[in-house]
Amino acid sequence: MTSIDREQVKKVAHLARLELTPEEEVAFTSQLSRILDYAEQLSELDTEGVPPTTRAIETSNITRPDTLEPFPNREALLSEAPERDDEFFRVPQILDSED
Amino acid sequence: MSTAAPAKTKYEAVIGLETHCQLNTATKIFSPISTEFGALPNSNISPICLGYPGVLPVLNETVLEYAVKAGLALNCAIAPYSKFDRKQYFYPDLPKNYQISQFDLPIAEHGSLEIELYDKKTGTIERKTIGITRLHMEEDAGKLVHAGSDRLSGSTHSLVDFNRAGVPLLEIVSEPDIRTGAEAAEYGQELRRIVRYLGISDGNMQEGSLRCDVNISVRPEGQQEFGVKVEIKNMNSFSAIQKAIEFEIERQIAAIEAGEPILQETRLWDEGGQKTISMRVKEGSSDYRYFPEPDLPPIEVSVEQRDRWHAELPELPAQKRRRYATELGLSPYDARVLTDDCTVAAYFEAAIANDTHPKQVANWVMGDIAAYLNSEKRDITEIALQPARLAELVNLIEAGTISGKIAKELLPELLTQPVDSVEQLIESRGLIQISDIGAIEKIIDDLLAANPDKVEQFRNGKTKLQGFFIGQIMKQTGGCADPKLTNQLLSQKLKG
Repeated sequence: MTSIDREQVKKVAHLARLELTPEEEVAFTSQLSRILDYAEQLSELDTEGVPPTTRAIETSNITRPDTLEPFPNREALLSEAPERDDEFFRVPQILDSED
Repeated sequence: MSTAAPAKTKYEAVIGLETHCQLNTATKIFSPISTEFGALPNSNISPICLGYPGVLPVLNETVLEYAVKAGLALNCAIAPYSKFDRKQYFYPDLPKNYQISQFDLPIAEHGSLEIELYDKKTGTIERKTIGITRLHMEEDAGKLVHAGSDRLSGSTHSLVDFNRAGVPLLEIVSEPDIRTGAEAAEYGQELRRIVRYLGISDGNMQEGSLRCDVNISVRPEGQQEFGVKVEIKNMNSFSAIQKAIEFEIERQIAAIEAGEPILQETRLWDEGGQKTISMRVKEGSSDYRYFPEPDLPPIEVSVEQRDRWHAELPELPAQKRRRYATELGLSPYDARVLTDDCTVAAYFEAAIANDTHPKQVANWVMGDIAAYLNSEKRDITEIALQPARLAELVNLIEAGTISGKIAKELLPELLTQPVDSVEQLIESRGLIQISDIGAIEKIIDDLLAANPDKVEQFRNGKTKLQGFFIGQIMKQTGGCADPKLTNQLLSQKLKG
């Protein structure tokens, strides 16, 4: 049973900005299908009457006070950038705002 | 142009607004980093703001409080169970490649906002309720500076400042209940008043703390289905929102009449050209692949917590306007002007608390004081004249102790020099109004005796000379003679 086809793999790759070779597309189609099939086992469980959840752990309302704690090492953050321009992060030309 | 002149189709616009409002918390929504506007580039950043691997965002409790309060002020139902989601897209101002937002379980939904449309000609108001679809919390993105060109197109590369990344935002989505540019502008202004009254945002459009995007389509009146929707961005004032909508309505009607298709697209308001220009055509809906943010546990607002926050809400602008009109007897116009800014409303209320005539106080606040604030670019909280002293001034005029004219002359000094008592000041200056009939009559008698020729001319029909006599009396009394009484007495005496 194949739960994902090559077109879907191409779409997902595009959304994730991954460039795949045709060989990779084929390989990932079967790999992703196997992963989805594996997860599909869960549907064997009877979830009738079980309310949906959005979390794996029973915890909620974790907040912090609105108190300032500046990060002391700005230089370290800037120097990690692939490219920087003085106090800015530098990014390549943005051609198409949609892409 | 055509001679047959077919019945002209009437169109109506269907408009919804999506507003982003920056909250004025000290720190960002998920990190304890400053939200200060205008700081040096990348001075307010941290591994959390930049989305480093392994960091843990934690919700700022004040953001939650402000979101719930805004939701309550907009008559929304507060979600008993709410969560954050990741909205995935790629853009260089978004460091994590996803924005933490809220998708299917926003903190507040199903609200409404009442707007008041003021008709300048008739002085009347019309009220309209605009539905609020939802309100949710999310993080702002960073800021891009395009190098090599002042526009995106033509730039050779871009520079990113992440100071704004992670600044808390409320996104407020309206129902498509708005029909005109004026309604949209009023909706935006009322939202701004509310967030300012709540003290949760400065609502400054120029600095981008309040940003409104417009969704607009046009359809023949009576038609049920919506026309093709166009989004307009880049308006940085309420009048720009109104003008952009008015332009867009005409553009879309002209296209329909000419048989041209309306494209589903995003258009930018061009302030210089006073028109909207196409930015990009939307191909299908974006695929943001939302999923629950695993790093942030859900939020459960208890009924008790919600009610506590509800009890902390101030009187809101719409409530104030109604109260000013019904309890204080002010006109809809006065009520609007006085409540537009909550600091002005607070000043006004503090002044009338001294058993002072509301309309008289309103006239001072909206007249001379407003003019001063305007010309000096100052806030009412910065003037030396305390509300209680304004009340004293108004009461002194009402009691006839000083004339309105003297009060106006004193005002510039009172606005800049604090005084303990206005009454003491006018006493020490000898400015107390002369309302004693005998005293005024004496002055008039002396004046007429000293100017027999002018009295003669007056009696021969040169009635304009009354002004000369009044002027002389005011000069002699330093402006303190009761003007009304003086006029009366003078008229009597001149007539002989």
